[in-house]
This record gives sequence, C-alpha cells and structure tokens, in this order.
Amino acid sequence: MLTINNLQASVEDKQILKGINLQVNAGEVHAIMGPNGSGKSSLASVLTGRSQYEVNGGEVTFEGKDLLDMSPEDRAREGVFLAFQYPVEIPGVSNINFLRTAMNEIRAYRNLPPLDAKEFLKLSRERQKLVEFDAQLVNRSLNEGFSGGEKKRNEIFQLAMLEPKLSILDETDSGLDIDALRIVSNGVNKLRSKDNAFIVITHYQRLLEYIVPDFVHVLYNGRIVKSGTKELALELEERGYDWLKEPFESESI
Amino acid sequence: MTDTVSLYDQFQALHAERNSGREGWLKDIREAAFNTFTELGFPTIKREDWKYTNVLPFLKEEFQVEQLHSVAFPATISDESIAGLDAHIIVLQNGRLTNAPKIKGVKIATINDAVDLGGAEEYLAKSIPVEKHPFAALNTALFEDGIVIEIEKNVQVDKPLHIIHTYNSLEAAFVQPRILVISHKHSHADIIETTKVLSNYTLFSNSVTEVYVKENAQLNHYVLQSEPATSRFVSFRQATQEKDSLYNNYTFTMPGAALVRNNLIAALKGTNVETHMFGLYLASDNQLIDNHTSVEHQQPNCFSNELYKGVLKDTSKAIFSGRIHVFQDAQKTNAFQQNNNLLLSDKATVDSKPQLEIYADDVKCSHGSTAGSFNKESLFYLQSRGIGEATARNMLVAAFAFDVTSKVKIPALRAHIEHLIEHNLTENYD
Repeated sequence: MLTINNLQASVEDKQILKGINLQVNAGEVHAIMGPNGSGKSSLASVLTGRSQYEVNGGEVTFEGKDLLDMSPEDRAREGVFLAFQYPVEIPGVSNINFLRTAMNEIRAYRNLPPLDAKEFLKLSRERQKLVEFDAQLVNRSLNEGFSGGEKKRNEIFQLAMLEPKLSILDETDSGLDIDALRIVSNGVNKLRSKDNAFIVITHYQRLLEYIVPDFVHVLYNGRIVKSGTKELALELEERGYDWLKEPFESESI
Repeated sequence: MTDTVSLYDQFQALHAERNSGREGWLKDIREAAFNTFTELGFPTIKREDWKYTNVLPFLKEEFQVEQLHSVAFPATISDESIAGLDAHIIVLQNGRLTNAPKIKGVKIATINDAVDLGGAEEYLAKSIPVEKHPFAALNTALFEDGIVIEIEKNVQVDKPLHIIHTYNSLEAAFVQPRILVISHKHSHADIIETTKVLSNYTLFSNSVTEVYVKENAQLNHYVLQSEPATSRFVSFRQATQEKDSLYNNYTFTMPGAALVRNNLIAALKGTNVETHMFGLYLASDNQLIDNHTSVEHQQPNCFSNELYKGVLKDTSKAIFSGRIHVFQDAQKTNAFQQNNNLLLSDKATVDSKPQLEIYADDVKCSHGSTAGSFNKESLFYLQSRGIGEATARNMLVAAFAFDVTSKVKIPALRAHIEHLIEHNLTENYD
C-alpha cells in the first residue's frame, strides 16, 4: 500500500528526515516510536503534505501513485488520513458541515454522487456510536472549546466517517487519561480490517497494549534505527532508547 | 479638470437659492451649518480623523449637485429586495421619498412635510456635532429633502422597515440624503438600509442619518453597502439614546464602491443604556473602506460592545478607528471594542486605531486589534480531510465573518449577507 524509499526532508534548512525506508501493506499496523525530536511527527507531516516541509530526497508511493506529488487534499482523497497531534480549533465552522463537505469532496474525486442529508445523518449516527463520540459535540464549532480527549475522539470520529485506506495516528495517546485512551483504541480496533492500514506514532508503549501492532520501528535522528515486532515496544519500555542511540552515534562519527 | 473650489462655489450658489426668502429655525440651522462647512472646508489628511483617507481626489469631478429628482427611474425599482425578506419597503429616489407604506404605529413623512407640520424641530440636526464633521455640516446646510420615520410609543413594528436608496443620474452626481428616525418610548423596530445605484456615472453620496432612541425603546439598524465601483459613499450616522434604551447597529460593506467612509456615533445620554456596533467589511480591488466609530458614555451603568471585522483582498485598504469616550459621570461603564482583520493579499493594508478616553474611575473597558493572514494550520487541517484549497479558504473566511454574521437576527437578511460574502470571495486568491 505504502512504500517509503530513502525519504529525506527538511524544515527551514534543518535536515529532519535523513533517509526513511518503510513498507506498509494492507491489513498491517505499524508503530513508530522514538524519543522527542527524532522525526516521528515530521514523518507524518511529510506524508500528508504539510507545506513547511521540503522534501529533498527519496520517494513515496501510495497504491502505486507518487504521493509526494499530490496536494494535501488529493492525498486525503486517495485515502490517506492524519489524526492530528494537536487538532485545530476553528470557530465558526460547524463540525458536521465540515465533515459533510470533506466527505462529498472525497466522493466527487472518486466520481461518486454526494451523500444526501438522510444518508449522511444515518452514517454519522452509526459512527458516533462506534467511536463513542458525543452527539452534542458533532453540532458544535469544529473542536472549539473541546477538551484534549474530546479533540482526539473527534479525530477518530472523522477517521470512522472518511474510511481512509491508510491512517496515521500522530501521538493520539498523548494527553489522554486511561478511559479516553481505551475509547480511542477501541474505536481504532473496530475500524481495523484486512483492507486498511495504520501507522501509529507514539512516545509510549502504553497505547500499544490497546492497539497491538504488527511491527514496531524506532526512529532516531531522522532514521529508522531498529525494527521488530510488538516485543520491541516492551523492550523499549524497559530499557529506554539510549541503548539504540549509542551504536548509531558512534557509527556516524 | 475641476477642483473642490468650483464644487464649493456650486454649493454656495445652492445654499443662497435654498435659503432666500425663508425664515425660521430650519433656515438658522442651515445658515449655521453652511458657515461651519465654509470654515472647515472639505477635510484634508491634516485632520486627525481623516489622516488615512484622502477624500479630495474623489471630489474632483464635474458633479451635478441639484435638481436630481427630475431624473426618471424605472418603474420596477421596488422589486429590489432580499430573497425571503418580509418587510415594509420604503423607496427613496435620489434621496426623495416616493412611496410611504401605511404601517400601523409608524409615521413616515418627507422632512419638508414634517417641518411644515412642526414635528421635526425638536430633533432635526439638534444633537449632531457638525463642527467636527464637515460632511455632516454640508448635508445639514444643503439636504434637499429626506424622510422622517417615527415609531410611535409602545409600538412593536410587525415587520422590518426596509429603506431602499436608489440613485440615478444623467451625469456625475453629488447627492445628500437625509434620514431622521425617532423611536419613541418602549417601541421596538428593525430598520434595514440597502442601496441600488442605477446609472453608470460617478455618484458621490454624502448622507446623514439621525436616530433617536427614547426611553426603553429598542432599535436594530442594519446597513448593507454593496454599491458599484463608480460610487463614493460618505455617511454620518448618530444614535442618541435615552435611558434603558437599546440600539444595535450592523454595518456590512461589500466589495464595490471606490470609497466608503462611515462615521458612526452612539451618544449614550441616559443611564442603563445598551449599544452594540457590529461591522463587517470586505474590501477588494483598489477599494478604500474607512469606518470611524465613536461611543460616548455620558451616564453611569451603560454597556457598549463593538465588533468590527474586515477581510481585505487585492490592493484594497481599510481603516478602522474606534473611540470610546467615558465621561466623568459615567461610573460603572462597561465598554468593549474589538477589530480583527484578515488580509488575503500582500498588497492590502489596514490601519486600525482604537482610542480610549476615560475620565471616570470605576469602569471596565477593553479594546483589541489584530491583523493577520490565514492560519496555515487551519487551512492544512481542512485540506488534510480532502477539502480543496479554494473551498477551505472560503470556509475560513466565512468562519472569520461568523462572529458578525451570526449577530444578524433576521434570518433572510443573514442568509443574504452570507451569500454575498461567499459570492464576493469565491474567486482565486493571490
């Protein structure tokens, strides 16, 4: 589904990603872990087209298409979704109208007719229930005055509505209490299928107890320095990241 | 090529003609106002309140200044309306009343008739500070006719009063419309003003609207400006409020008129008065939109709130000047003011100038002013959900305007304004 080959990117002339390689197939969940500043969120930003990032090497193909060549909206229309680490508050844009606009633009891109109000409402109700998202929040301004947990749940609700092929969860667990974490994880687990894939970016192993990954990668200093299965996450929890930094740093001298 | 001297000469001749053979209070007012105008002249950028707006280039044209009522108007003019709006329609042609609908509890008359009947003396030009406003002085000296709207005591008007200003001329024209509104005790009314310019010639409008909101009366006053680029609008509006009254002013300025200068004053002359000023201006091309507002807290325990928002495109320019004046007696005043600007082009400029003058010591006042471009993160958030860039930008502009548009209490008018915003901004951005 997604192939990342030697991806390099910078922000304001500072090199952040220094050659990332990753293959994600349908039905897989990949966790990307690493210390602060290692480039985890930058990878999510580059994959979804945040304009501050300049790609200066490598390629990314999504379902055989050049992802880096597309506008952010076209990436979404092709089926890439980013659950934001810090979802934006937009007063004056209603949550539900925003979602309906998004959904119909995606459908138009795929040559599908727009959903009528009734169908949309039905789907919305069903998915709210699936991810335990408060119906009252749906009608409010987008994320305005939402608690941290409500914002993250709204991200998962949007994910449930838009049904992307590839979902990137950028530190969705940060700032969540255990109940919210469970709700968010349950939502994701219900949405997992053999046809879609997830990249779960996290700082903590805690999330991976709920969303069990097929693969774990450790990102450090702009590169993936170790890959393994879910047991790697446990090892990181116990030993921290230092044991992975050292050989890498001595290597680079 | 002409200049403002010859325009002044025309006004002087007109003034002499209007006042010859007349006696009485109106003559005295006009005389004094013309003398004031002669003394002040047209404002130059040397005046503090005209520092950012040079009006003189807009006056350099051969204007026809009188006898505009002889111009024919198409018969269908009253069809100009807002979809779904159920209102009493009052049409003015070049400032003159052409039809006065019969409305229970509302008296509508020409100013001349009202003067003859003795109903206007107590109000007309009685509280506006012409010495500080050259254009208001000029209008007071020379307005040809106009209308008086009186909402009678205890009357709740069933539908909004929709004043449609229509203008037509066979050459460049200088018009001076005049409106007097008196909301008597405990009355409640909505007034909507819109404008339709029919000719392709330059139009300079210098209007004065005086509003009196008497004890415990409520008036919602909507002004919608969407004139063509050939027009220049200088307006003076003042609401004089008595105790326990409420006056809400909503001023929407859409892309169009080359020059818009709005002077809006609320004089809070009683206790427990409430005043809201909401403004939204969308400027495009080479447009200059200037809003000068002033809230005068003269008595204790009053509340005023002002919110003006602007969206600027192309090489347009906007000016916001908001003055809050709290008199020494006006203890327990609550006065708030906010001006936010969204610049969609690198070449658009805005000058925002809040002024607080506070002479009382137990007051709550605040003001804030911002100017910025799109929040990139908001734009990215919408795009990352599959929403195209142009649609996303329009959503963000509508959201920016929402704080003001959502204050409009008449659903059809609100829908009309939202449509105008969308219509005026669904072009490509820089």
